[in-house]
Amino acid sequence: MTTLTAKDKQTVKAFWAKVSGKSEDIGASAVARMLVVYPQTKTYFSHWQDQSPNSPAARKHGKTVMMGVGDAVTKIDDLKEGLKELSQLHAFTLRVDPANFKILSHNILVVMAVMFPTDFTPEVHVSLDKFLAAVSLALAEKYR
Amino acid sequence: MVQWSESERTIINGIFSHLDYDDLGPKAFSRCLIVYPWTQRYFSSFGNLHNAEAIMGNANVAAHGIKVLHGLDLGLKHMDDIMGAYAELSSLHSEKLHVDPDNFKLLSDCITIVVAAKLGKAFTPETQAAFHKFLAVVVSALGKQYH
Repeated sequence: MTTLTAKDKQTVKAFWAKVSGKSEDIGASAVARMLVVYPQTKTYFSHWQDQSPNSPAARKHGKTVMMGVGDAVTKIDDLKEGLKELSQLHAFTLRVDPANFKILSHNILVVMAVMFPTDFTPEVHVSLDKFLAAVSLALAEKYR
Repeated sequence: MVQWSESERTIINGIFSHLDYDDLGPKAFSRCLIVYPWTQRYFSSFGNLHNAEAIMGNANVAAHGIKVLHGLDLGLKHMDDIMGAYAELSSLHSEKLHVDPDNFKLLSDCITIVVAAKLGKAFTPETQAAFHKFLAVVVSALGKQYH
């Protein structure tokens, strides 16, 4: 869908360097918002005893997701290859409908706005949005 | 007809009663033009939109952002009949302005982001849910008269 320009990659890396220290909080907040604002996403977590947005399971999941995002930043020059295994996991084991990648991406952006209002400029927003879209595409690569 | 809980009404009214339209209108609209540049197609008469700096400094963009944000007041005043309230604006966007209704969602995402940035921690998941529901209903109403 979209190629990341050199400027996009630079912007994403610089912004990630600023925010990655808070990645657990970012992840926890993004997942909590996803579960509350888009309750249909809870269907993927019926195996959790506690599906509430601030449960330990939800927090842990937020941490897992943001570790994946951080990993993707290091593989930004070839996301398709770099996220091959994660794509296989999502395609064959998790089978998450890719529409949900967009939903979680949106919530990650909302959290960035909440936590880093001055750093999350329109320029950072567009590069990060493109990056998350590219990550989503790479994750869906093995689906069919 | 959309059902609103007391809590949702309180949250939504609360957001709008403290909203600085002159600040957030331009911010939301310029962000939309920057993050989703194809939306610029409707604004060729606005002058220089060549880069983010130009867009953020453009007076036409700012004025239009304030106008569009105030457009949400209609939904706020008629929360129990948002479809009816936006029928005329929907026809306008379809028949006169020829705006692809998919763009409404893009702008509503940008409005969400700038409100989130303004409210910070006060923009809780519950607040986000109520606001999202309101914007989704308005977006749906604006697309209703397209045929």
